[in-house]
Amino acid sequence: MDSIGVLMACPMNAYLEQELEKRFRLFRFWQVPQKPQFLKEHAASIRAVVGSSVAGADAELIEALPRLEIVSSFSVGLDKIDLGKCREKGIRVTNTPDVLTEDVADLAIGLCLAVLRRICASDKYVRSGKWKKGDFRLTTKFTGKTVGIIGLGRIGTAIAKRAEAFNCPISYNSRTEKPDCKYKYYPSVVELASNCHILIVACPLTPETRHIINREVIDALGPKGVLINIGRGPHVDEPELVSALVEGRLGGAGLDVYEHEPEVPEELFGLENVVLLPHVGSGTVETRNAMADLVLGNLEAHFTNKPLLTPVV
Amino acid sequence: MASLPRNDGAPPPPPRRRPPPRVLLLRHPHHFSLIDRPLPDGFLFLKPWESPLPFDDFLSSADARAAEAIYSSGREPVTADMLRRLPEARLVVTTSAGLNHIDVAECRRRGVAIACSGDVYTDDVADLAVGLLIDVLRKLSASDRYVRRGSWRSEGEFALGSKLGGKRVGIVGLGRIGEEVAKRLEAFGCAISYHSRKKKPYVSYTFYPNVHELATNCDAIVICCGLTEQTHHMINREVLLALGKDGVIVNIGRGPIIDEKEMVQLLVQGELGGAGLDVFENEPSVPEELLTLDNVVLSPHRAVYTPETLSNLCDLVVGNLEAFFSNKPLLSPVTTAKLDSVGFS
Repeated sequence: MDSIGVLMACPMNAYLEQELEKRFRLFRFWQVPQKPQFLKEHAASIRAVVGSSVAGADAELIEALPRLEIVSSFSVGLDKIDLGKCREKGIRVTNTPDVLTEDVADLAIGLCLAVLRRICASDKYVRSGKWKKGDFRLTTKFTGKTVGIIGLGRIGTAIAKRAEAFNCPISYNSRTEKPDCKYKYYPSVVELASNCHILIVACPLTPETRHIINREVIDALGPKGVLINIGRGPHVDEPELVSALVEGRLGGAGLDVYEHEPEVPEELFGLENVVLLPHVGSGTVETRNAMADLVLGNLEAHFTNKPLLTPVV
Repeated sequence: MASLPRNDGAPPPPPRRRPPPRVLLLRHPHHFSLIDRPLPDGFLFLKPWESPLPFDDFLSSADARAAEAIYSSGREPVTADMLRRLPEARLVVTTSAGLNHIDVAECRRRGVAIACSGDVYTDDVADLAVGLLIDVLRKLSASDRYVRRGSWRSEGEFALGSKLGGKRVGIVGLGRIGEEVAKRLEAFGCAISYHSRKKKPYVSYTFYPNVHELATNCDAIVICCGLTEQTHHMINREVLLALGKDGVIVNIGRGPIIDEKEMVQLLVQGELGGAGLDVFENEPSVPEELLTLDNVVLSPHRAVYTPETLSNLCDLVVGNLEAFFSNKPLLSPVTTAKLDSVGFS
């Protein structure tokens, strides 16, 4: 299979890169000095693209790769892939569901605790020597707080299960109400935000969910409310979020994703009611290895004419 | 409580009012003032810090000697000597989770009841324990620092963390707090085991008869027990080495349960994977070496300082005082079972 050309869209994982190099003819797109030139030269041999949450396969790239058969994403999110185009051209698409569900849910709860209990801010307080001069201020109890989840898929459900162990009443919004679901459904995100203390974004990014967290939702969440985003940066109207936090109209935020990663609005750096993570939702050794194996397994299956492991298209 | 009217319709006599019970506050009741809660009516609170007399002389004053209850926040000891000098005192109210500062044996001998903090702290402490464990494993504080100093832009991805699900977590001390930590971690897919002085019947978690064995068989241990003579430096070098290079320790009990010097050395040398600490041997001093490590998370002993919990605590204190002085059972008495559970036999 080492004559099969695989285009890796961006750096994502050393182990995956190594394995792709071993098994295929690997092209590292980020190292290419002139992309149009490169595509002219090598497009004919590229039969697979490996993408991630950072870069995938948009319409332009797909059009430039006439022999593209499969896009395998090192992520569960598909927002960087033009699915419509793939369907049109019969290109298969795979992602990495399930293996990262727990890590992302763990992080969501970790962010809730870190924001409400000011874990990061008080660690900073100790390191700066301030504890010797006085006690840290009061923080906010997490147990029993109402948690609203946008998107009750695999990740949303896993978040709910964890929050329940802290006796948090759970409510949610999703495109449709889930039958036989013990959690309270709200038909709009604004209503959900009005009725919970902590709002967690756990839905896929689509044109419909872009800026699902807007000024209205932020106002509904209010000066004691907390937003946790483990979805995608564009779920949130970032400038609105920043001004609400800076002006004290929103109580706090735990963010793992941003509109223009790795850019993070610097106005947030001085706030202690905010926790800022560098997109580490699935960022454990165990899970990244499992994701890499899934990408490799899907490619392997495709090129040996076996059923794909985790197909989306 | 008003008496019922007599049959002839005459108004009831005014209830005979005893003077308000005197409660000696050993120091300013900061749990009340932190949430702007006034002290309850119906009691006479003695405030030695407002007196020109030094504390020892105040204790000998007529005012103090009439005290019927003693209120300690945990830092002020209630000694045999104090109890001897306050013969009217029949109740000690403490807001502390631990009882080390009270001469419990002397209270027993004198028939002095003790009201403790009951269950009010349990949730907050358990929450913080879980928060610290997630932070250490997933490097939350370290990566927040990384973002804030601009390194995500200039240096790329931060180091990968370690998955919480599937980790074997050992609880040291399976009291109320230990149980609640266990319950929370189970929802994350952790495998729970524990060490306590005695195996608990009806508990499905694996029991280890000593802390060394627990550490050998766990990826992380969470200290949820009280500080006693037996638990002092119970987490020593051997236990920490058994926990190992990837092992994590979380302490929301008391600093001296861990041999801090040994722990620091092992962390610096890479023999211990990480630590999440809310308590230290010499608060507010924290060993310098820890201040620059990325695999530790440091918390300034604030596990219970939320307005929700402080409010519940004040309700409990008031409730206990009111119950005791109307001859009703205390809401959170220190019983023999309670003494057992915090390490007094």
